[in-house]
Amino acid sequence: MKRRVAIVGAGITLFRRRMLESPKELSFEASKMALDSAGLTLKDIQSVVSGAAPEAFDGVHMKGEYYLDGMGAIGKPHQRVYVGGGTGVFTPIGGWWNVASGMYDTCLCVAEEKMSPLHPHPQYAFWSIFDQILERPLGTTLLWIFSLEMRRYMHKYGIKEEEIAEVAVKNKGNAVDHPCAQLGAKITVSDVMNSEPICSPVKRLDVSPPSDGAAAVVLASEKVAKKLTDEPVWLDGVGWTLDTMHWTNRDLAYPEYVERAAKMAYKMAGIKNPRKEIDIAEPYDPFDYKELHHLEGLQLAGKGEAPKMTVDGVTQRDGDLPVCPSGGLLGVGNPIAAAGMMKICELFWQLRGEAGKRQVKKDARTGVAQAWGDLMQVGTVAVMRS
Amino acid sequence: MFEASSRAYEDAGIDPRKDVQSFVCCTEDFWEGISITDEYMPDQLGAVLRPLCTVSSDGIIGLATACMHIMSGVADVAVVESHSKISDVLNPSEIMSFGFDPVYTHNHLDVDPRFLAGMEMARYLKDSGTKREACAQVAVKNKKNALSNPRAVHAASLDKDTVMRSQTAASPLTELESSKGIDASIVFVLASAKKARKLGDHTVWIKGIGWSSDTPVVEDRDFGWADYVEQAASRAYKMAGIGVPASYFNLAELDDTYAYKELQSMEALKLAKKGKAGKMLESGIFDPDGRLPVNVSGGSLGVGHLLEATGLHRTLEAVLQLRGQAGSLQIPKVKKALVQSWRGIPTATGAVAVLSN
Amino acid sequence: MGRSHAGGHGCSDEVLGGNSMSQKITSYPGHEITSDELKGGKYLDIQYKFVPRYSWAAGVAISRFLDELKEGRIVARKCNRCQRILVPPRMYCEQCYRPTDEWVQIKDTGTVNTFSISHVGTDARRLKTPILVAVVDLDGASPGMGILHNLGEVEPSRITIGMKVQAVWKQPSERQGAITDIRYFRPLEV
Repeated sequence: MKRRVAIVGAGITLFRRRMLESPKELSFEASKMALDSAGLTLKDIQSVVSGAAPEAFDGVHMKGEYYLDGMGAIGKPHQRVYVGGGTGVFTPIGGWWNVASGMYDTCLCVAEEKMSPLHPHPQYAFWSIFDQILERPLGTTLLWIFSLEMRRYMHKYGIKEEEIAEVAVKNKGNAVDHPCAQLGAKITVSDVMNSEPICSPVKRLDVSPPSDGAAAVVLASEKVAKKLTDEPVWLDGVGWTLDTMHWTNRDLAYPEYVERAAKMAYKMAGIKNPRKEIDIAEPYDPFDYKELHHLEGLQLAGKGEAPKMTVDGVTQRDGDLPVCPSGGLLGVGNPIAAAGMMKICELFWQLRGEAGKRQVKKDARTGVAQAWGDLMQVGTVAVMRS
Repeated sequence: MFEASSRAYEDAGIDPRKDVQSFVCCTEDFWEGISITDEYMPDQLGAVLRPLCTVSSDGIIGLATACMHIMSGVADVAVVESHSKISDVLNPSEIMSFGFDPVYTHNHLDVDPRFLAGMEMARYLKDSGTKREACAQVAVKNKKNALSNPRAVHAASLDKDTVMRSQTAASPLTELESSKGIDASIVFVLASAKKARKLGDHTVWIKGIGWSSDTPVVEDRDFGWADYVEQAASRAYKMAGIGVPASYFNLAELDDTYAYKELQSMEALKLAKKGKAGKMLESGIFDPDGRLPVNVSGGSLGVGHLLEATGLHRTLEAVLQLRGQAGSLQIPKVKKALVQSWRGIPTATGAVAVLSN
Repeated sequence: MGRSHAGGHGCSDEVLGGNSMSQKITSYPGHEITSDELKGGKYLDIQYKFVPRYSWAAGVAISRFLDELKEGRIVARKCNRCQRILVPPRMYCEQCYRPTDEWVQIKDTGTVNTFSISHVGTDARRLKTPILVAVVDLDGASPGMGILHNLGEVEPSRITIGMKVQAVWKQPSERQGAITDIRYFRPLEV
């Protein structure tokens, strides 16, 4: 029994390097905004799905239990879903199955992250995602897998760093128009190329910042959605895939896991030709090259061809396939789980024509959001339609 | 995990590389020592490049997730896995303490986190009027039951006095009333009704399932009454169409992480009227030869505690009974079983499932 | 609620109806703490250390792998069904989903699949000497079977993808049965 599920409200807090609010407070603010925008109160919510990435940031064990009061989940069925960085898009997917299964008619989905509590630097939490025996002793940092992957991608398809830098320029520029953005700025390819080398070929401006923030959406069954709004945004396709933990055995130049997750979602949504049928995309962009990598995995560009699309301006807000009109993680910020949810919120507003200065030029009716996580492993994809 | 899942797949007659559309793992990072544990799940389950996700919660909530995947049509066959590798964890008590609120609770209380169980037990005894020794009797019953369970690690033949006089864990709770952690991995294969009819002759049906969370702010809780159990149960009972739980079931596998929890849960599950669970226990109703055998397996007290896999453990013991495969533990003619779990200190989250054959 | 046009162009601020969602929202919640404020102690903070401690069982495959490293050898596992030679070794083949069949010794040479020059450490602090890290596809294993390791004795600017490398081992007496028994991989002289 598959029921149609709609998103009827969205909320988001500021994304900043360090926020005063506790995880509970951030969750509350985003949830309240989402409920208010849907015209609902907590009493109307039948279940809650939350998403947050490593407890290592908060220094709290079982953080799904800790923050659940901020998410309005007291006395309610609550699930915390967790697939690393893919969590942000996976959280509304969790909400989707709560409603599509027929078990609940309304579901509040909240993604929250506070990376700032971890000292000396949130980066340190990622040390423990690596294999404790074969990898950690080498002094691993998360940047390594990205830089290794970036170089492989560049090598295989003959892509130049300057072409990749265009993504950072686009997204940080787009983020200037996002009210919650942490790093919106007008920069140039030159700025990116001259920024401090961190882990070659990754330079400082190629990468998104650690952040605190939360975002939320309210999901409802078709019957309820139609009572609440004339313009529900349908969550028509969901997909997720997890690849092997042996990431060093994989072809790093292409995200197979994103392709599979995308195909699962496209099949569900009845999309046969993604490049033609998808109007707007919010792929996960923790690093600039990742946007390109993921566009290819999402079947929106041929292998190795995403850089050309960017350089040609196809992915600008006024282009044929606007990509990350929000400003993405590069511009808005990267509170791990909340970042993916930010993209869902963005598509929600874009597909309803409510994105203000960020609104894309074309008439967008179908959008795809995607998040990535773990050791180059997880693809989570959601197809939304107005 | 590979061993458990291989056995489960063989039992179900499926090939995970082809026949499964969703895999759900129930893990918590800090019990594993890995951030983002789902990274290390797919390979050994046969889930490489397949939809796998982690739900950070008890195993029964994992079962609920798989149910929702099947009910929503995204999967025909779903796999649920959870495990405990507590033997890898060197300071579990400290990790458990870190589940408390970091600002209000954790920082100034440098004690064994089971103080929370001690406080709750004291309140339960007072509010329900239950006799102290009834709790000890739970430990006696379960550890004795476990003597017949090949999976049991902590079986023993004890009497109430020995239990009550054992070392204090957090008064009034004693060590023999506090379950101990063991290692294991449990895997279930679930399928839609249509698929299940083709797949095996040992199908057990999930008739109802519910889960709930009470406030994480421990000071706000009603320690005497397990609200989260009552809420979860009412959802499961509604789904299964159960009007009078007390007379509906032939068997129950309930939370006995701490002995008093079994009694407290029974009342919240409406298997016993408020304050009556202790008396019913003493009268033998919950013994293996009683009207409603509870924790015939030995529960967590007799077998061992399995962290997030505890709910799956309760389910496993009930499923074996429903299939007639419980060996020396077998209760005759089990048709309807109730399973219930709790996520442990400091949570107030639990789940309930109604199973039948 | 809803768009005030049927199709065509996207919206500018004037076209959006007065009761649309994003116009109802006048501010976004959150209070930022700047690093200066943090250092200046403007807000109360609590500090604590969380030290979870673990002693991981390495498992059957990796235990043997580490034992062999101590002897200066790299071993892999073979799956007879898909014929792949797998490193890091594993007792089950994740593609065929069946136990793997035999141990195979492979070479300690390989090819650089990809590499990076890291200027930051685990905690994001800048390193005085950059760490050279690479995925090395090992000879004797199936194509693409790489392991993560460091590179050494090479000018960073001269590292290329496809470069042939050789493991440099610690002295037998220094080896512990750890991945660090290999110090690093260096370019193989042609």
